[in-house]
Amino acid sequence: MKKKFKDLLHHKYRSRTISFALIIGAYVIIEILMHSIRLSRLFTGMLVPCCCYIILALSLNLVVGFSGELSLGHAGFMAIGAFTAIIVSGLSTKMIPDTTIRLVLSILSGSVLSGIMGLLISVPVLKLSGDYLAIVTLAFGQIIKSLITNIYLGFDSDGIQFSFVTNELNLEQGKMLLSGPMGATDTAKISNFSSGILLIVLTLYIIYSLIDSKYGRAIMAARDDRIAAESIGINILRSKTLAFVVSAILAGAAGALYALNYSTLQPAKFDFNTSILALVYVVFGGLGNINGTILATTVLYILPELLRSLQDYRMLIYAIVLIIVMQLGSSVRLKRYIEQIKNRFTKKGVTQ
Amino acid sequence: MNTPVLQIKNLGIDFGGLTAVNNLNMEIHEHEIVGLIGPNGAGKTTVFNMLTKVYDPSRGHIYLNGQDIARLDTVAVNKAGIARTFQNIRLFHNLSVMDNVKAGMNNQFTYSIADMLFHTRKRRSNEDMIEEEALKLLKIFHLDESKDTMAGSLPYGAQRKLEIARALASEPKLLLLDEPAAGMNPQETEELMETIRFVRDSFDICILLIEHDMNLVMNICERIYVLNYGMLLAKGNPEEIRNNDKVIKAYLGD
Ligand SMILES: Nc1ncnc2c1ncn2[C@@H]1O[C@H](COP(=O)(O)OP(=O)(O)O)[C@@H](O)[C@H]1O
Ligand SMILES: [Mg+2]
Repeated sequence: MKKKFKDLLHHKYRSRTISFALIIGAYVIIEILMHSIRLSRLFTGMLVPCCCYIILALSLNLVVGFSGELSLGHAGFMAIGAFTAIIVSGLSTKMIPDTTIRLVLSILSGSVLSGIMGLLISVPVLKLSGDYLAIVTLAFGQIIKSLITNIYLGFDSDGIQFSFVTNELNLEQGKMLLSGPMGATDTAKISNFSSGILLIVLTLYIIYSLIDSKYGRAIMAARDDRIAAESIGINILRSKTLAFVVSAILAGAAGALYALNYSTLQPAKFDFNTSILALVYVVFGGLGNINGTILATTVLYILPELLRSLQDYRMLIYAIVLIIVMQLGSSVRLKRYIEQIKNRFTKKGVTQ
Repeated sequence: MNTPVLQIKNLGIDFGGLTAVNNLNMEIHEHEIVGLIGPNGAGKTTVFNMLTKVYDPSRGHIYLNGQDIARLDTVAVNKAGIARTFQNIRLFHNLSVMDNVKAGMNNQFTYSIADMLFHTRKRRSNEDMIEEEALKLLKIFHLDESKDTMAGSLPYGAQRKLEIARALASEPKLLLLDEPAAGMNPQETEELMETIRFVRDSFDICILLIEHDMNLVMNICERIYVLNYGMLLAKGNPEEIRNNDKVIKAYLGD
């Protein structure tokens, strides 16, 4: 028992121990506060979205920090998770009255669909790398948003009705689930703070399981040096695909949790800004730094909400940070570029 | 005589108008330590890059244990049995020394993604076994004390050794070393020679090495190929090479 405890603080596991302690500690403190003094609506309203953004940022860090690829379209995965969850939850309301089971089912479907999408686009996309990958993921995010903006979906006793053009579905006493740009209205709010915390814990568990394994080592080796990784038999495409798909699954889960916390949700919520926002959290937290990501997300999400007067400057700050991201965020690649240029000057071949 | 581990036939590559290597024929047999020497720019590293399919040869054939590797890529070539080091070190700088070696063993793990997620016994026993093996390898190179150091912050000589350890970790039949002693002091070089011999004997592999340190080359190589302007200038045992007029003129100097 004593040895087990020492293990927790061993340098190899320290980050992991701190992560779980951080999340569970925060949960306990906030729960106690919620039950003792009455916390403001403003604050309690931020809890679930904050959990979602933490999951989103952690998932993005898997791609940007651990796998070394720049994705500018993670809001797209969040959107897929979100609207899948809304549809699944809406359709199964009668069948599954238990909100907990429905929540689990909705999040599961959202993340699975998002993961499948991640797999589908990762095959062509990950063959590209660097800036091309960034551009394609950016386009992906926009396409997903536009697609959802044009979906009208409802159901009644006759079944599901679906249109890409018009709001005029012939529903007889049915219910609209998605109304184009208006998005979802009248969704049952079934997610809560506890489920958010649980999902963060699960996310941390998955990420730590991955990065400590042979799969994680392959992902990071491919990031640090592609050619060296191939020279010891590591399949670059497979490693990067794994990181990307796991990331998509987690981002989908974040979206699902987010969607089921609001009664209305517009697709425009998941635009480019949200992708960049997640990137800002990751970069501030530190590439490949899990605890940093958690802290940065919490602070950067809550601060602007509390200091609404700063809202005007938010986009300005994002723009500046984006530039920094472009320069430093892909520092692995930057180093490679610099090395290439140096090599050109010293007239040494590419692969010495 | 049985089939050579490596056989190169009429190998050549062009970069645009430049013919970097041409008409190269080489053979390496089991248990041999073979040297590849020549002036800077002769095409030595380019030969390694063709052997590991970092570059696709323009002409010729490469046979590994009799199998033509023309259609294999870098990853498959490693699985087929060739591992290498790089002239300018290419370590995984942000991984620990231990993880660099473990990365080299990546294909010896058998556990699945499900094992990974659920931390099954298979994952644990696999990881424990690999950790043990990796530690053994690190001990050979006297790197076990710094197993938790980031590879990027190791001193230069240690980085070179770690690269060899990582290559060995992938269980090659043929090990390619590109200037392994570059940047090492005489004492480190001496130690390296011992280690290379030890590695050859205990892992029962053959080694092809590029090196400018003639003391090292003449001491541990059983045969030597000399490359000049991409063409084979001479081949033979150290004694023959040392006394070859063409080699003396082109490379060894007076
Ligand atoms: N990728 C490349 N593109 C163009 N030229 C190259 C490339 N790689 C190597 N070379 C050229 O091939 C020749 C041999 O280089 P190299 O094999 O590195 O020499 P060595 O290792 O013997 O010093 C040099 O003239 C070098 O400039
Ligand atoms: Mg060279």
